[in-house]
Amino acid sequence: MASTVVGESPDPHAPGEDPNRRDFIHIAVVAAAAGAAVGIGWPLVNQMNPAGDTLALASIEFDLSKVAAGQQVVLKWRGKPLFVRNRTPAEIAKAVATPLGDLPDPQTDDARHKPGKPEWLVLIGTCTHLGCVPTFGGGDYGGWFCPCHGSHYDTSGRIRKGPAPKNLEVPTYAFLSDTKVKIG
Amino acid sequence: MSGHSTYEPKSGFERWLDVRLPIVRLMNDTIVTFPTPKNLNYWFTFGGILALVLGLQIVTGIVLAMHYVPNADMAFASVERIMRDVNYGWLIRYMHSNGASMFFLAVYLHMFRGLYYGSYKAPREVLWILGCTIYLVMIITAFMGYVLPWGQMSFHGAVVITNLVGSLPIVGGPITTWLWGGFAVDNATLNRFFSLHYLLPFVIAGLVILHIWALHVTGNNNPTGVNVKSENDTVPFHPYYTVKDGFAIGVFLLLYMSFVFYNPNALGDPVNYVPANPLVTPAHIVPEWYLLPFYAILRAVPDKLGGVILMFGAIAVLFLLPWLDTSKVRSMRYRPTARLYFFIFVFVSLVLGYCGGQLPDGQVIPGLSGLVLLDADINSFVWLSRVATLYYFAYFLIILPMLGLTETPLPVPESISDPVLSHPASTPVGAMAAPEKRG
Repeated sequence: MASTVVGESPDPHAPGEDPNRRDFIHIAVVAAAAGAAVGIGWPLVNQMNPAGDTLALASIEFDLSKVAAGQQVVLKWRGKPLFVRNRTPAEIAKAVATPLGDLPDPQTDDARHKPGKPEWLVLIGTCTHLGCVPTFGGGDYGGWFCPCHGSHYDTSGRIRKGPAPKNLEVPTYAFLSDTKVKIG
Repeated sequence: MSGHSTYEPKSGFERWLDVRLPIVRLMNDTIVTFPTPKNLNYWFTFGGILALVLGLQIVTGIVLAMHYVPNADMAFASVERIMRDVNYGWLIRYMHSNGASMFFLAVYLHMFRGLYYGSYKAPREVLWILGCTIYLVMIITAFMGYVLPWGQMSFHGAVVITNLVGSLPIVGGPITTWLWGGFAVDNATLNRFFSLHYLLPFVIAGLVILHIWALHVTGNNNPTGVNVKSENDTVPFHPYYTVKDGFAIGVFLLLYMSFVFYNPNALGDPVNYVPANPLVTPAHIVPEWYLLPFYAILRAVPDKLGGVILMFGAIAVLFLLPWLDTSKVRSMRYRPTARLYFFIFVFVSLVLGYCGGQLPDGQVIPGLSGLVLLDADINSFVWLSRVATLYYFAYFLIILPMLGLTETPLPVPESISDPVLSHPASTPVGAMAAPEKRG
């Protein structure tokens, strides 16, 4: 609200509709301070994200001949457990025969392993509920059982019962030869 | 900090200081002459006890930090070194670890006191909210402290709790990675938890100062819930409540030290004396006893995000309590119906704590196999948790709002002095002392 009386000499510091020089300095200072705050704030926040050496964690190779049929080996990969399971034909048949309608997170058994290698299941061994390590062979479906909050996984690593929302995650991996896989 | 100050500087130095930094005046008005309702019972001594425990936790914590190594490869061994080799390290660590339990014991009694006597009602809403904030920061501090020994329960507890954040849609994953500083709970996580565990107690101390400030603006509530009407209703804080709080502190320290010296591991989990192993999860993950009720609420919900929301909601609802309780009467002494529901609430909280320590599928009544409802047997801890969770929220969201409108409270005394003076046992004395108060 300009309250300038007609004929009065204009006050250069009066608040008006147009930004005057003082307003400009206020805006410039606040903008610079806000810019500086964001500029220093982001490094302070981002420093908590994974550091370069953590990101550079190499992929690992694993010799499958160490795992007999019906067994599982647990590796450590990126600080997390990794399940490498050699499934028996009965376990595969059970997983294949499960109707998709019974699954909370529907996925066929084919989508869980590499083509032509149904016996090899490579999974990240952390429960999709709260990250505990499920125990091998436990639970109502013969796959894994998470002791923390009672999630049951089947022989394809798919969630069947309990609070976990998703199937055990399949990491990026590839067969280098018939007996060797590279994970990551 | 508020009202008229009666401080008179006694020496020349005190006069000199008083016009430059009136810190002696502040202390005097806060803990010497502060007018305090004369009818406070022992439930009102936990504030003093908590201040002492916070001080002890900070002192013992600073000492432990002189010997502890926040590194995933060395943390466990450094704690064992504190226990075995550092002079009196065992004493200081047991004081710190049991001190955390004692801190929560005292804060729960302090909170139940506030709930019973209506200490959260106007004009003490800000005082109450500051208290709730302190409690929330305490939980975070205690959780991070529990991770530091880097035992099995430390590690997998940290995994489970940080994964709670991951249940948030879209941002959950990136935030979890950000909290971890990697792709799993690891050395980076341990380091930052140590840093924050050192910081947060000082944040709590700052909040405590605000809490006491707010207390001294409104004055203490009291067991009758009736406002202080005159000077006759109050006594100076010193010596009346310094002595009363001092005695309570003595009794409390007996309990605390009986744990420290005679049963230092009774409240901890033996599994935490196994070094952390990311590849093996302990058969039964449980938090420390003071977080079990919230753990039971988390597990009561079959949906991951829903469980997390309810668990945090159980704490968030406390912040809203001043506006949920519609009754004008503060103290439950004069609210018989509300008192009944309150005692059920206390019992339900204990039941939730018990459920949090049990396996969800475990049977409440052994050997009895009941009806399977939805996903679990009715005779299981998961269903008991669900019923208890329902009551927990109903107490705040339905019972307290409704009761204030429907119940008929007992007559509230006119003043703090009134119930004492009108008590039959004190009639002759009361009649003499305050004839104007007799009808």
